[in-house]
Amino acid sequence: MLLIECPHCGPRDETEFHYGGQAGVAYPAGEVSDEEWAAYVFLRDNPKGWFRERWFHVHGCRTWFAVERHTVTHEIRTS
Amino acid sequence: MSHPDFLWRNPDPEPAYDVVIAGGGGHGLATAYYLARNHGITNVAVLEKGWLAGGNMARNTTIIRSNYLWDESAALYEHSLELWEGLSEELDYDLRFSQRGVLNLAHSLSDVREGRRRVNANRLNGVDAEWLDAEEVKKFCPVINVSDRARHPVMGATLQRRGGIAKHDHVAWALARKADAYGIDLIQGCEVTGFEITKNRVTAVQTSRGRIAAGKVALAAAGHTSVLAERAGVRLPLQSHPLQALVSELLEPVLDCVVMSNAVHVYVSQAHKGELVMGAGIDAYTSYGQRGGVHVIEAQMAAALELFPIFSRVRVLRTWAGIVDVSPDASPVIGPTPVEGLYVNAGWGTGGFKATPGSGWVYAHTLAHDRPHPLAEPFGLERFTTGALIDEHGAAAVAH
Repeated sequence: MLLIECPHCGPRDETEFHYGGQAGVAYPAGEVSDEEWAAYVFLRDNPKGWFRERWFHVHGCRTWFAVERHTVTHEIRTS
Repeated sequence: MSHPDFLWRNPDPEPAYDVVIAGGGGHGLATAYYLARNHGITNVAVLEKGWLAGGNMARNTTIIRSNYLWDESAALYEHSLELWEGLSEELDYDLRFSQRGVLNLAHSLSDVREGRRRVNANRLNGVDAEWLDAEEVKKFCPVINVSDRARHPVMGATLQRRGGIAKHDHVAWALARKADAYGIDLIQGCEVTGFEITKNRVTAVQTSRGRIAAGKVALAAAGHTSVLAERAGVRLPLQSHPLQALVSELLEPVLDCVVMSNAVHVYVSQAHKGELVMGAGIDAYTSYGQRGGVHVIEAQMAAALELFPIFSRVRVLRTWAGIVDVSPDASPVIGPTPVEGLYVNAGWGTGGFKATPGSGWVYAHTLAHDRPHPLAEPFGLERFTTGALIDEHGAAAVAH
């Protein structure tokens, strides 16, 4: 089980959180093509290594926040 | 003592092949086999970074069925099931394919409606399917607790009698042996590290064992497919997650069918040797670590014990995880990529094993003819732009 550092509550068990996927995916501005919209909806990075991702402290303070986690070692560093 | 005969050679890579398949798991081996058998293409290499069939092919729970909801999926998975039905004979190897029936349990009214709808959809597509009420479930599988006081009461189930299990290692070995006999090179310990692309056409792969020129390159690397595709500059709509499973100690025969529960994320069968094989839902986060959280296993066991109180004192022998490539609509991605000569067959997520022969069949056709096999056509990458998704989250039976 991951130990995740909530910025408000401190380190808590993974079971208190909901996973939010890749962080920093911006809503596309202005007119977008079908391809750009599809990329926004469906394409996410899937790296083997460090990954910036969002977590939601659903059973705690209900804060959304981002951490960096290594997708092989599962090591987490706050960013 | 001498070693028994090897089932395939262990060749060094040649400098060039017509087709290079990246990934020596079930789908890669099946693709190689059908390239030779159906299309006469034998100048083929299967490159495997580890050992043959040591990834998800060695980590799945071996369930085979074709009871998917939508026409496109039913056609693809049913084609695969029909191939399974003749595969032991064709490959001249006992795959221990056992059509013992697959139950998909319903625990709520909406499960019941969904299940009955799926039975009707399956029948319209020529896929065998029956609806059982709770009493009939009890009769078919006496060890299930169908009490209406259970935490997850059984309100009925779909049954596909032609579904079942097979012995995954035998499947891999049989396919590898036949592919090798056709002259296909199965190259282990050979990781694809990059691609040579000229004028948007792939011409070679770089590997841990040197450069290999290729007429066509076929990705078949399951959870690692997006890592490979990225090296070719292609982004795929896939997320890689751990999927855990476990086996119990060996037991006398006690469960003679496959039981799956969509709602509580557990699926159980008893392997030929006697161990109970149970699978869980995926871990929430993306990972390549081939391991997951204990709490996922715990939740899965708790659900399993509600369904099967008789297993309460059974001990877990071992748990493990594979890395599954999950697509947004829980359906695979099969077909060409934006790079000419580079093909993808991935996104099978939690359900790739059952598709092994069917996937290989349509992928080989797609490679041989430079256009998708009719059964694979709806599964192209473009569906994420057109919006023609094939949403099988219900039939995938594992939480995504």
